[in-house]
Amino acid sequence: MALLELNSISVHYGRIQALHEMSIHVDEGEIVSLIGANGAGKTTTMRAIAGLLGLSAGSIQFDGGDVSKTKAHLRVIRGMSLAPEGRGIFPAMTVLENLDMGAFARKDKSSMDADFARVFDLFPRLKERSKQAGGTLSGGEQQMLAIGRALMAHPKLLLLDEPSMGLAPQFIRQIFRIVKEVNEQGTTVLLVEQNANQALKLAHRAYVLETGHITREGSGAEVAADPAVRAAYLGA
Amino acid sequence: MHGLVTSLATVDSSWIQFDWSNLFQNFWPATFDGMTFGAIYALVALGYTLVYGVLNLINFAHSEVFISGAYAVVFTLSALGFGPNPPHLSLIAIIGDLLLACIAAMIVSAIVALIVERVAYKPLRDRGAPRLAYLISAIGASFAIQYIFFNWRSSNAEPAVIMFNPKPIFDVFGTIIDSQQLTIVIAAIVMMVATDQFIRRTRLGRGIRAVAQDPDTATLMGVNKERIIMSTFVIGGILAGAGALFYVMKVPSGVIYNGGFILGIKAFTAAVLGGIGNIRGALLGGLLLGMIGNYGQYLLGDAQWTDVVSFIVLVLVLMVRPEGILGSNLAKVRA
Ligand SMILES: Nc1ncnc2c1ncn2[C@@H]1O[C@H](COP(=O)(O)OP(=O)(O)OP(=O)(O)O)[C@@H](O)[C@H]1O
Ligand SMILES: [Mg+2]
Repeated sequence: MALLELNSISVHYGRIQALHEMSIHVDEGEIVSLIGANGAGKTTTMRAIAGLLGLSAGSIQFDGGDVSKTKAHLRVIRGMSLAPEGRGIFPAMTVLENLDMGAFARKDKSSMDADFARVFDLFPRLKERSKQAGGTLSGGEQQMLAIGRALMAHPKLLLLDEPSMGLAPQFIRQIFRIVKEVNEQGTTVLLVEQNANQALKLAHRAYVLETGHITREGSGAEVAADPAVRAAYLGA
Repeated sequence: MHGLVTSLATVDSSWIQFDWSNLFQNFWPATFDGMTFGAIYALVALGYTLVYGVLNLINFAHSEVFISGAYAVVFTLSALGFGPNPPHLSLIAIIGDLLLACIAAMIVSAIVALIVERVAYKPLRDRGAPRLAYLISAIGASFAIQYIFFNWRSSNAEPAVIMFNPKPIFDVFGTIIDSQQLTIVIAAIVMMVATDQFIRRTRLGRGIRAVAQDPDTATLMGVNKERIIMSTFVIGGILAGAGALFYVMKVPSGVIYNGGFILGIKAFTAAVLGGIGNIRGALLGGLLLGMIGNYGQYLLGDAQWTDVVSFIVLVLVLMVRPEGILGSNLAKVRA
């Protein structure tokens, strides 16, 4: 069953159209990867899903309801959570406060402890640094914090915008392993990546986005095997 | 020709004179009374600082938020029988009446602040208007409110409402501290500390800090940005209302339609002096500005100089250290 469905959505920046009647869906329990070059519209897609950008056409269905007109802060309560491009760590808040912010909208404060435990289990580093200001963390630690914070909302759908950006290979492997683990614990994931190789290996299904158009879709393996994709994104 | 030059020189030499002995003789009274005014500036300064922290916008209509509160104080107290002579009431009754006036001022100022935000700023935000548009809208809102009071109360100042006769409490360095000074300074500091703690410790405070640091990411956390913005204006209004009560306590007569202007600029100066966006900076800036203005008055021998000195401070701070003494802003407040 589709947890998230974009039905021919278009998004404009002023008069420039960034997304052209784009349709994708993410089923419950899946990891879906959206790959594309710089400027393809990946971040635009994520921000439109999260509600930070309005649609000029089309609709977004989430968890059985139309959220096209739902305000961004209410979409979080509906069960989606975005770790944004650039991480968006609150620099003056400690690691612990940043994680707390992730749970800002939650009413069920009693089950929050379980999520703190889960995040610290996934990212032991964050526990060591819990009193440190977010702005003083390394890039990799900030990315862990961004993902951990998104998980604190206990989302049905986790949206990750280029979690591997700017990270060293061992950090990237760790992040991808954790995404897999989170998914196995029951969270659906939509992953945006330029790091196509690993994103396609991890994904159940994948889409290729080129200048605002979806040009290919299929299972992770199918998309990875496509000659055009191999030439453009996998350096083969 | 020669005579003209001489007379100009005469005017010139009597025009500005530094009377250091006057300042030194009155140093402690100037300091304590300056702190009293400073505490009032500080309360009003918080409104500028909080809004700036969240919206990066200087709400120039905040001076009218303040004067609305001052009108509320005058009307409430007049209705309770206060007037040009101090009332013959028990201490408890006076405290009760002042609390009532304070609450009225807080409510009125908060409502005016909220209306300014919804009418003057929200439509611009929805359209993604350029920065200059907010400034012009602020000035427009400021004049609009002034002339609403003008049309209602004409250009006459309101009659005096004396709340109580200050009584000497104790003396420091040979200077009497009276009950009025003590009330104002202590109440203002308590309110500012409470505001500071509120921003640091409560859920709403966390939301305010998050929006100040990164509005989009705050939204992604489920923070209702519009509600945070409204709350910020309301908090600023409440504090301006309290400031208005203390202002009328200190200066019981002369509340007038454009009476917020000078106080507003001083409060803004206090906010900039301490570091705009910085809550503790507003307190520091307010107290300092109150004292500096008073020193200027004794040094130069006329109360009119208080304002001149205050504005010179504003210009100097903007030139030399625009980030203010404490420098940081609301975004950097740590819990
Ligand atoms: N705020 C904006 N105003 C105008 N155009 C924008 C804005 N943000 C993005 N765009 C344009 O929209 C297109 C898609 O941008 P987007 O950020 O979604 O790309 P992306 O796929 O995330 O790229 P990257 O891999 O570099 O992050 C680009 O052509 C970009 O220039
Ligand atoms: Mg991007």
